[in-house]
Amino acid sequence: MTIDMSQFYQVFFDEADELLAEMEKLLLALDVSAPDSEDLNAIFRAAHSIKGGAATFGFADITEVTHVLESLLDRIRKGEMALTAEHVDAFLASKDVLAMLMNGHRHGEAVDHDAVLSVSKRLNALQEGGPVAAAPAAAAPRPEAEPAEKHAPMADADGNFHFRIELPAVSQKDVDALAAELGLMGALTRDALSDQRAVFNLATSESQETIVAICAFVLDPDALTITSTGPSAPAAAPDYGLYEQVQQAQPAADAAAPEPVAKAEAAAASVGETRNYGRRATDKEGGNGESSSIRVSVEKVDQLINLVGELVITQAMIDQRIGALDPLLHERLMNSANQLARNTRDLQEAVMSIRMMPMDYVFSRFPRMVRDLAGKLGKKVEFVTRGAATELDKGLIERIVDPLTHLVRNSVDHGVEMPEKRRAAGKNEAGRLILSAAHQGGNIVIEVTDDGGGLDRERILAKARQNGLPVSDTMPDADVWQLIFAPGFSTAEVVTDVSGRGVGMDVVKRNITAMGGVVDIRSVPGSGTTISISLPLTLAILDGMLIKVGEEIYILPLGYVIESLQPASVDVKEIAGQGKVVKVREEYLQLIPLWQIFAIEPKSADPSQGILVILESEGKKAALLVDSLVGQQQVVVKNLESNFRKVAGISGATILGDGGVSLILDVAALLRSSRQLNADTMCF
Amino acid sequence: MTTAKTILTVDDSGSLRQMLSFTLKDAGYSVIEAVDGNDGLEKARSQTVDLVLTDQNMPGMDGLSFIRALRGMKNYKSVPILMLTTESGDDMKAQGRAAGASGWLVKPFDPARLTEVVRKLIG
Repeated sequence: MTIDMSQFYQVFFDEADELLAEMEKLLLALDVSAPDSEDLNAIFRAAHSIKGGAATFGFADITEVTHVLESLLDRIRKGEMALTAEHVDAFLASKDVLAMLMNGHRHGEAVDHDAVLSVSKRLNALQEGGPVAAAPAAAAPRPEAEPAEKHAPMADADGNFHFRIELPAVSQKDVDALAAELGLMGALTRDALSDQRAVFNLATSESQETIVAICAFVLDPDALTITSTGPSAPAAAPDYGLYEQVQQAQPAADAAAPEPVAKAEAAAASVGETRNYGRRATDKEGGNGESSSIRVSVEKVDQLINLVGELVITQAMIDQRIGALDPLLHERLMNSANQLARNTRDLQEAVMSIRMMPMDYVFSRFPRMVRDLAGKLGKKVEFVTRGAATELDKGLIERIVDPLTHLVRNSVDHGVEMPEKRRAAGKNEAGRLILSAAHQGGNIVIEVTDDGGGLDRERILAKARQNGLPVSDTMPDADVWQLIFAPGFSTAEVVTDVSGRGVGMDVVKRNITAMGGVVDIRSVPGSGTTISISLPLTLAILDGMLIKVGEEIYILPLGYVIESLQPASVDVKEIAGQGKVVKVREEYLQLIPLWQIFAIEPKSADPSQGILVILESEGKKAALLVDSLVGQQQVVVKNLESNFRKVAGISGATILGDGGVSLILDVAALLRSSRQLNADTMCF
Repeated sequence: MTTAKTILTVDDSGSLRQMLSFTLKDAGYSVIEAVDGNDGLEKARSQTVDLVLTDQNMPGMDGLSFIRALRGMKNYKSVPILMLTTESGDDMKAQGRAAGASGWLVKPFDPARLTEVVRKLIG
């Protein structure tokens, strides 16, 4: 082909990713005894599409696997072959192999040829209806990259075979050396893939083995991807046909054939346009079939959100200026301003919802993981998801994947007991793992629930004491469970490669807190455990409390604020070398004078003349001293780093209705750096 | 200067649509893309099209059904319709002809061949 195909690869890879994911999801949901015919059709079409695309781009290794997969699926969907669990396992294994081959072409990752061969054998055995051999043959010859259809690696008119050789990332010197060697074998042309790796097209009468042997001098032959391309038309049949002889449409159109070829070559040189292979802005609803969507780059969406944020701020300014006018005199202006406020609010909601994606994006990766993990551990786990359509901001979804994965693995590994133990306890042999998501107020609540053995209170207390953490036997359960979030904490008896190294839970909690969320644990011994994560729906808007110190107004995220009060002088005490503390009900809390931290001239340094805002973060409480409370409002968060630079103690900024800039306090950092008191030092 | 002829491409695969568009635009045609049979009919209804290129294997309405439906529409009785198919067997060719296609092209397609055939049909 005269046109450089590599610019289209990315779109094909993205499409193939989705098709493979769809295929896996459908395969996992198939009821082997009564498979849904629509699902079978969809799985068949997915394999067919991948085959078509792979053939177009010359990825013969992928074409080969998908070809057998497709014909098996075709026979099954037509009722010519019965679906068995054997088939489903083989298809899932094929999906893994296809993903691996895809990555081989995409990133130059090494390909496990034994796995490819093993899967091919399984699929072929199923084709013949014989028993499936799961183990690969001992001395496996490297599979020839031959698409099984009409594209057999036939020699062309001169007796030459055509090969396409993709090199891994090696030095230019090595590429040149190889080019020189291979060039001796026949006609060689060089090209580059989208990630700068070199690719050769070689026409030679030698065989693929010879090519591999030569390359082995310079690099690891396993890192190569060789596909045989060839005259794309099969020997006998033509590649197109017209049912009727066509009259030339225009008298001027003559000798049209040579023209397109010349044009196409010129076109390859003129492609300067960069294609924007952005991500899709909205995901398809799970299982709803057709829903149209467009791919939009994340940058464009973020810019849109930014501009709407600016609009909200400007509209707030207008509101403020209008507030000073006589409503009777300017009635129509007021009405229009109110209308504008409503329109802006609606626009903001609509735009924020663009970045919202259904939780299914996260949930969908778990069924396979749970199935494989449970199988590996010899446990039986039924995996259920609820509320997969619940939406969350894309940025947060990406950040919740790792923590959730850790929690799910924990549940399977440590929560759910072995089948014998469950039977003995009178439970179902198969444990139940429920992953759920639901909106609650301005938050999303995600829960991981298992009906396993629950947390062992005594073991946790013992481990905590061992680690030197302050605990008491009368601690309420909820506080005991929170201990497992301490760094280095793990009561697992055996460290498996799945979990138990004790580095997981504290990272989980830290990640969730960094997202502005909280984690709670409920557990009943013998019955099970529920881990509950609450996250704000988005990070771009924030409910804030406006506070004033001197002439400056700051914002406190409402999520950290417990209450505010004016202390009595008698409740404020000074501790030598540690600053002031204040007695709130029965607790003594560190008093943080904001004016001191930011070096501002306050209205009054006397706590009893100001206001204390009681804050809580990461389990610690403190009292922030400010001059006064100004109010509460929703603010649009502006990133300080991208406009200025990172400032300690400040997590962002916003523009208030009067046009002034207000900084948003990083409460977690503030509390962390303030000196913490131990119960021991409370002696006066 | 004559305005460019318009080609409607119907294929559920984004990467294939991209390649078709690129090849045809480069040959000087204007291209309208449709993601499936229904979308194709919509677009054919609302715009003037000089040639139609359709895939066969699509979810919902397959290529043959789309061609039949299109031929039933006013203005589309004689517009050239090319079917893109992975099957080169006589069976598919006959079905295509019966449905009303003007010709067929094998997938994966050679851009030069595609342009040549399109030129033959609409210049």
